[in-house]
Amino acid sequence: MNKLSQFTIGALLALGTVTAAQAGTLDDVKKKGFVQCGVSAGLAGFSAPDDKGNYSGIDVDVCKAVAAAVFGDATKVKFTPLTAKERFTALQSGEVDLLSRNTTWTLNRDTAQGLSFAGVTYYDGQGFMVRKSLGVKSAKELDGASVCTETGTTTELNLSDYFKSNGLKYTVVALGSNSEAVAAYDSGRCDAYTTDASGLYATRIALAKPDDHMVLPEIISKEPLGPVVRQGDSQWFSVVKWSLFALVAAEEYGVTAANVDEQKASSANPEVKRLLGAEGEFGTPMGLPNDWAYKIVKQIGNYGEMFDRNVGAGSPLKIDRGINARWNKGGLQSAPPFR
Amino acid sequence: MTDQSQGYVFTPTPPQPPPANMVGVVGWMRANLFNGWFNSLLTIFSLYLLYLTLPPLVNWAVVNATISGTDRALCEASPDGACWTFIKMRFNQILFGFYPEGEQWRPILTFVIGLGGLIGTAFHFAGKRWLVLFLLTAYPVIAFFLLAGGYFGLTEVETAKWGGLTVTLVVSVTGIVASFPIGILLALGRRSNMPIVRSACVVFIEVVRGVPLISVLFMASVMLPLFLPEGVSFNKLLRALVGVTLFTAAYMAEVVRGGLQAVPKGQYEGAAALGLGYWKMMILIILPQALKLVIPSIVNSFISLFKDTTLVYIVGLFDVLEIIRVSTKDANWIGFEQEGYVFAALMFWVFCFAMSRVSLRIERRLDTSHRK
Repeated sequence: MNKLSQFTIGALLALGTVTAAQAGTLDDVKKKGFVQCGVSAGLAGFSAPDDKGNYSGIDVDVCKAVAAAVFGDATKVKFTPLTAKERFTALQSGEVDLLSRNTTWTLNRDTAQGLSFAGVTYYDGQGFMVRKSLGVKSAKELDGASVCTETGTTTELNLSDYFKSNGLKYTVVALGSNSEAVAAYDSGRCDAYTTDASGLYATRIALAKPDDHMVLPEIISKEPLGPVVRQGDSQWFSVVKWSLFALVAAEEYGVTAANVDEQKASSANPEVKRLLGAEGEFGTPMGLPNDWAYKIVKQIGNYGEMFDRNVGAGSPLKIDRGINARWNKGGLQSAPPFR
Repeated sequence: MTDQSQGYVFTPTPPQPPPANMVGVVGWMRANLFNGWFNSLLTIFSLYLLYLTLPPLVNWAVVNATISGTDRALCEASPDGACWTFIKMRFNQILFGFYPEGEQWRPILTFVIGLGGLIGTAFHFAGKRWLVLFLLTAYPVIAFFLLAGGYFGLTEVETAKWGGLTVTLVVSVTGIVASFPIGILLALGRRSNMPIVRSACVVFIEVVRGVPLISVLFMASVMLPLFLPEGVSFNKLLRALVGVTLFTAAYMAEVVRGGLQAVPKGQYEGAAALGLGYWKMMILIILPQALKLVIPSIVNSFISLFKDTTLVYIVGLFDVLEIIRVSTKDANWIGFEQEGYVFAALMFWVFCFAMSRVSLRIERRLDTSHRK
């Protein structure tokens, strides 16, 4: 190495901040003392800064849950707002340890792009919004309707597939941007508006009279959104995956932020005891303290609480649990056994 | 004959006031608004346009607007008016981003020192030379330590927490101050007789100028991390600053080159005849004349740079516009984009207008031209 390149690298190190991102992400995270988490700069209910400038949302809570599992402290997390284009580079280059940014789990991303999806935070999918005055209760009754949508997206293709396969007639009103589509729907140019369900609820708040509109129950496409880590680090992958499972399992066994202490001390259910670390040694193999899941539930709550607070009934979005309900309530959210 | 002439004394008629319809409001209107049928038609048409647009705007922005309360409840009760409550609740974020609340006096102090220095230079007094020197050398250092902290007992505030107007000003002021000398050097290099220097400057200017700023920033944020060894990452703000500075420097170089070409050849020859070397000739004779000529273009570049800073959202920084956009994504404030964007436009206009006024003032002060 000659003098010049030594100097250059020295200058780079001095100018930039050095984040070691070798195979042992968990060790690196423990060493630097916080989880660096990539989130969306602003998406209602998923991650957005509140009036005090703190990020909140369901994606943000997943990051906090991982911090709680590793450090026992949900505040030991730093957020990097990322655009859709730079998110994978940021993860691959080690700028963030974890990407929790409404990212759809697809085959190509999971295999070819060096990423590993650790689970599903939110099952999204394309849905429809209509005026209540239309008297429609299901998307199957939309025969002959005009539908507003954004042009040139998969939304338009899904729409066409759905109506064709159900033998329904429709007129598509495709507009240049999403906000134009919303404006057209609001002004009455079409009977229905279609986009991803989470987007429908966020749109509804901004309409002139939100209560006059309803989201139909049908979901016509699959958009499972979840946290992503770098491929090839199975320990860190497990930490993120099981942090998410701990949230889901806690809801299934009725453990909440409020009753977690009581449950840990006196629950008769052995699964709950194992989950909260009162029995067995389930944290050690992952490199975590034994009460990792207890810390998550204590600080974040269970999946249901997290959902309600950020996107569900307790938030302005008021999204139905729908397919995000737990498996024994007709939804898809389930966790493997804690044993 | 003489008697006759004595009998007649000439008294001029006192001047009559102009006809009533030529003076006062009526006269002004006749002269400026209704002189001829075409202008009258235009006036009436313009008045009609104002009538169509102004009352709804005033109704929206003032009459039906809401500013009380701390959430959207009151705003929803008055849907035809603007919801300034949103701006009020987010005002701190618009100014400082996520800068910790207890430390916000630091950006304010930085801003006040800078503004004080600028106003000071506008007046003639003995210490003015030192003040300019302070602004160009010590001030950037002071500003850096004040904003970033980590020394002198100030808590460290990482650049990821900077945002809003603070970031907009940091990026644009750094861009302006740093690109100016680089641009001058590039312009001199491009007119140099040394072939290597000249071609290097030409290549740099043409490459940077031929690429949109957004792609320079995009390269810095998406490509750069892939080239660097794993684990080394640049500070995001630094990436944006370097990108913006180099970009503006290329434009500045061409502006300054225009000025250099406008200085008559006799000035160069005169300077050479006096026995001045290259640098003395440039600094003492040529550049003062060249730069004075291109002040409007320089300020033009700075204004356009100031507005281009909104592109730093590409690297994940929150400038004024981006922090407002993100604020409207909070589930509690969804749907108040209009208020946010109107407010952002107003802030940008205030700063850009101030810059253009300052430039006019500088031009008048430095005017030693032969125009009479």
